[in-house]
Amino acid sequence: MFDDLSDLYQQVILDHSKSPRNFRVLPQANRIAQGYNPLCGDNITLYLEMAGDVVKNVAFQGSGCAISKASASILTETLKDKTTSEIRSLFGRVHDLITTGKCDGDPIGKLAVFAGVHKFPARVKCAILPWHAAMSAIDGKQEPVSTE
Amino acid sequence: MSFLNKTQFPRARNVSWELIRSDFPILEQTVNGEALVYFDNAATSQKPNAVINAIRKYYETGNANVHRGIHELSNRATASFEGGRQRVASFVNAASADEIIFTRGTTEGINLVAATWGVANLKAGDKVLLTEMEHHSNIVPWQLLCERVGAELLYVPVVGDSNELDMEAFDQLLGQGVKLFSVTHISNTLGILNPVAELCQKARAAGAVTVVDAAQSAGHLKLDVQALGCDFLAFSGHKMCGPTGIGVLFGRLPILESMPPYQGGGEMISTVDFFKSTYNKPPHRFEAGTPDISGVVGLHAAMDFLDSIGREAIFEHDQDLAEYAYHLLSEVKGIRLFGPRAGRAGLVSFLMEDVHAHDLVTFADQKGIALRGGHHCNQPLMKKLGVPSTARASFYFYNNRNEVDYLVEVLVEIQRFFSSNSTS
Repeated sequence: MFDDLSDLYQQVILDHSKSPRNFRVLPQANRIAQGYNPLCGDNITLYLEMAGDVVKNVAFQGSGCAISKASASILTETLKDKTTSEIRSLFGRVHDLITTGKCDGDPIGKLAVFAGVHKFPARVKCAILPWHAAMSAIDGKQEPVSTE
Repeated sequence: MSFLNKTQFPRARNVSWELIRSDFPILEQTVNGEALVYFDNAATSQKPNAVINAIRKYYETGNANVHRGIHELSNRATASFEGGRQRVASFVNAASADEIIFTRGTTEGINLVAATWGVANLKAGDKVLLTEMEHHSNIVPWQLLCERVGAELLYVPVVGDSNELDMEAFDQLLGQGVKLFSVTHISNTLGILNPVAELCQKARAAGAVTVVDAAQSAGHLKLDVQALGCDFLAFSGHKMCGPTGIGVLFGRLPILESMPPYQGGGEMISTVDFFKSTYNKPPHRFEAGTPDISGVVGLHAAMDFLDSIGREAIFEHDQDLAEYAYHLLSEVKGIRLFGPRAGRAGLVSFLMEDVHAHDLVTFADQKGIALRGGHHCNQPLMKKLGVPSTARASFYFYNNRNEVDYLVEVLVEIQRFFSSNSTS
């Protein structure tokens, strides 16, 4: 009945939104960033534990729609053990994927489930919010980020 | 579906609603391959041919600036504009057209009261009373005013399962010496119709100036500012079949006459010297610059259109749809509804268990249904209700029960999609 949406709301997204991974406060976090979309109410707090340039641990808390929650959940799995320069490069590719459905370079793994988001322009901001929070965290910014 | 108990709700009076609907060109389209079901009327209504054509005719035959030309077209434009003001006065039963100020919408009307009456009359320690169900546009202007003059904000709580105003608390709060009371006529989230006449009567008896936010009511029921007994009342043209960008602030004339100007410019002055000006009388004192003339022309046509149907009939129709929808949705397991079951205005707000409102609205959109999902500019109320957002279906006279039946079918499908794909 919901053909186009079934592409977007795949099992992976529904699974991660219902049972988000790393969904907790990270007490040892040394970088914390807030993502907040005031118009729709999605909000996320992202916790990173950095050792030098490398993300050792990552977790999040917050509330939002299935897309934003799944995006945050998959992001936490993706960032672990990556360096900040790897994350910056990945951000560009994820941004392309979410906004155009395509991205260059190596296979992007589980993140490929977000290729369908661009067909629903109103939902792009939901998928991209956790990624902006991640960039804010590694840049050490204090103010909450928004993608609205 | 077994829960579609249609006989419980007799249809509203015999009006040819289908014929009226056919006057709205925008409704005759498909969205995502499905016939459009427009249920976002609390955000903005659609426009009938009568309004679209009136604006077109104005620009084709009568456009000029108002109040300053001597030529024929300027006279025509002025007659259209001031004729619109007279029409608004009769639409809300104001004692005089001088009590009608044109604004950009409800938000500007409330800001105008705060910036003029508020700044001139409130001082440190004075109290402004609002309610917990106000739209941001009836909260933030008062916060700005209170920050500026040092006044204090108080709120009438919403209580009980249906989240109606706590009238005992209202009486008690009024006893604290309130200078201004501002309240919404209809809650855009809860669908509650507040007892505005009673509230205003009590507030005025306690010495408060009263403001009514009629954004959700002006196009849906008969408004009578004298019967309501309010000092100010604000509404928007675009939620009542008129164009965007035009709104109305009613103010009782003795109060308007006592108020300083809002913005400075042409139209609002009497004489201007290099260092000192004198100001025009109300309502022109509050209308600086060239006004939205075509907006007034469109609003005039919208008011005529609504009255050709009858606002009592419109209210009965919208209420019937809302109560019908509330009833059907209350039979669906896993749906939580907000506001009262009966006696409500023409909208329903709800949550579906385990499905976020934004996901629900995206799915409904795929089936051609326009809903609103979010906090509805009611963030403090949402916090109080303990929910981040709700989905909302808001109705108007061109909607019908078949569309509500379709909404319920689609919602059940959405629920099925999320539960069948559940891994938990």
